[in-house]
Parts: sequence; C-alpha cells; structure tokens
Amino acid sequence: MLSLYVPGESVVHRARAGLKLGLLAALGIGLFWVGSPAVMAGAVALVVLAGVGLARLPWRALAVQVRPVWPWLALLLGFHLLVTDLRTGSVAVLRLLTLLAAAAIVTATTRVTALVAVIEWLAAPLRVFGVRPARIGLVLAMTLRFIPLVAERAARIREAQAARGAHRVRLGMAVPLLIQVLRMAATVGEALDARGADDAPARRPRRRTAVAS
Amino acid sequence: MRIGSGTFRRVKSRDLAYVALFAAIVAVLGLLPPVPVPGLPVPITAQTLGVMLAGSVLGAKRGGLALLVFLALVAAGAPLLAGGRGGLSVFVGPTAGYLYSWPIAAFVIGLLTQLFWKRFNLAWALIANMIGGIVVIYAIGIPFTSIYGDVPLWASFTGSLTFIPGDLVKAVAASVVAVAVRRTYPVIELPGRRAAAS
Repeated sequence: MLSLYVPGESVVHRARAGLKLGLLAALGIGLFWVGSPAVMAGAVALVVLAGVGLARLPWRALAVQVRPVWPWLALLLGFHLLVTDLRTGSVAVLRLLTLLAAAAIVTATTRVTALVAVIEWLAAPLRVFGVRPARIGLVLAMTLRFIPLVAERAARIREAQAARGAHRVRLGMAVPLLIQVLRMAATVGEALDARGADDAPARRPRRRTAVAS
Repeated sequence: MRIGSGTFRRVKSRDLAYVALFAAIVAVLGLLPPVPVPGLPVPITAQTLGVMLAGSVLGAKRGGLALLVFLALVAAGAPLLAGGRGGLSVFVGPTAGYLYSWPIAAFVIGLLTQLFWKRFNLAWALIANMIGGIVVIYAIGIPFTSIYGDVPLWASFTGSLTFIPGDLVKAVAASVVAVAVRRTYPVIELPGRRAAAS
C-alpha cells in the first residue's frame, strides 16, 4: 500500500499510536498559549531533534511532508510584515512549522494499521448510535481496494469514448462511470451479505452449533 | 418479518460499499492533475467535486460518512490528497479547515438533495451544491485559516476569492452529473417510499 510510513526500530516507532496521537493533539492546543518567538523557535528545534535524533528519521522523510506548505508559510510571514509586525508573524509561522513537523513524525513512525486501530478505538463510543467499530476497518480496506478499480474503470471508459471520436469530454464520461461503479459497489454489498459480513457478533452462530452438537 | 429484515440488512451492507466507493472516488479525483493558479500557493483540485458528488448521489448520512472515511485514510498516512499529500500534517496545516469542512459539506448537500428529491432538477441540484459545496466549505475553511495564521478574517476571505470561479464550475459539473445519475440509477431512497426508479 502507498503510505508515508518510514520503517524503523526507534523508541518513537515503538511508542503506542494512541499516545503519539494524544501528544500531538496536546501540542496542537498547547502551542496556542505560547506568545514568544524564542520559546516557539525552541519548540521547533525540540520537535525536529526528536524526529531526527530520537526517531532516527531521514531529513527527507520530514521534508516531503512539510514541503507543500512552504509557500503558505512565506505568504503568512509576508502578510504579517505588512499588516502586523515581525513578532506576531514569526510566532504564527513557527507554530505552524512545529505542528507540521510533529505531525509528520507521528505519520512517519506509525503504521497505517496501528492508526486504523486507534480510529476504531476512538469510534467505540459511537456504538451507542449503532456503529460497529470493527466494520470501520472493513470500510477502510474496501476503499483502498476501490481506488485502483475506479481509476481503471475511468481509463476504460475514456478509451471507449476516444475510440468513438469523443476527445476530452470529461463530464460525459462521469455519468456512465458513476453508474458502473455504483452497480459494482451494490454487487460487493451483496457479496458481503452472502459471506455473512452483516451478521451480528460472530460468536452467536458458534454457540448455536455447540448446542446443536 | 423475515423477508423484511433480510432486505433491510442487505441495504446496510450495500451502504457500506457505497460509502467506501465515494471515499475512493474522492481519492481518484485527487489523481487528476491539479490546475495551478498563478500567484497562489494552492492549486485548484478536483477533489471538492467528489465532495459534491458524494452528497448529491448518496444523500446526507452516507455522503458525510464517505468523506469521514476518506479523511481517516488520509490521517492514517495514505497520500490521497491532490499532489500526493497525506498524513497528520495536513490536518494541522493552515488550510486544514477546508479538509474538516468536507464531511459536513457532503452531509449538508445530501440533506438538501433529500429535501428537494421529489422535484430534483438541475436548478435544485445547483442550489444544494452551492450552499453545501461552496458556502459551508468557506464558512469553515476561512475562519480556520484566520485563527491559525493570526490573520484577520477579511484577509483570509479575499485570499480564497480566487477559488470561487473554479468552485462554481465544479458545482455545475456535479449538479449535471447528479441529475443524470438520479435518472438512471437513483441511490437515495426517501423513507416510506421508493425513489422514482421508474
């Protein structure tokens, strides 16, 4: 699977995913109470040090995730220089940079499966509303399977329409594509039922067979 | 009744597949080459088109869930956002508010679509997609950027105006497609009565 995870054996890699996410959330809230550029710069340094030193991530792994935001940071600083002052601007930029680096570290050191497990755990209270956390994993897996399927169907329809002389009619392609994949999804749903995916907890039929035998 | 409950269950499994399907569609739309706008740090992407389609094809609940599933995968480290971005850092970036708005936008679009379902046509579809897909997204994204970067609201607002024309085009496209899909393969079923499948 495509993923931003960087394999490793460091302390950060082995730390529990829930703990890492909790710390990240705490950092996200805590940094808004910091108003001094010096403290904020210290926070950036500390987080980057944790990523490169403690988690032993290559610089590149962090840079890949932070790079798309550079123009934003520049724009933000420019705006503050024009409208407010350097102090407010640098705090805002450094705060963003700290959070981005911290989030990049959590993503790079935590497996997708571990994060999915945290999502399932977080969704447990939703049981009250009839959500079954175990099915969340099923939906996530199904989505990952559907991505290449949808892309492939799209390519096929584009070819078929090009063969009939219709070039670059994107919108005309969308309707047959959507109907095709909706039918496919309905079939997958039926297949899930046929395999008992929608049955209540799996132990129930087992108990029944125990009684029967 | 046995048959009745059986039908009900089958629908639920199919709903899961629909939710996964639209999460996947939003991801695939992220693969389309983004349109760069001169002077702007973020390119226009087709992914909000997926948000609009999810709401106006699946309805409120399933549409909103589809976007939640998509965001969960992005958070778990799958680089599914346009330009191959992903991971937790996109959720703390300056434009994260727009991401958070997606499930809500899809839900609102779905809600309006269900409200208009009986007389659903291009005009109603446009209203639903513009309120949910433009107003809701900006109403969440703009204040978020402004709080995050300590920027006044007006600056954040004028900064995002450049995206309005692209969003209008997407709203029209989503509406045309939603009306056509409703005619041939209606997914939304109103309680008590089957949708006009004819």
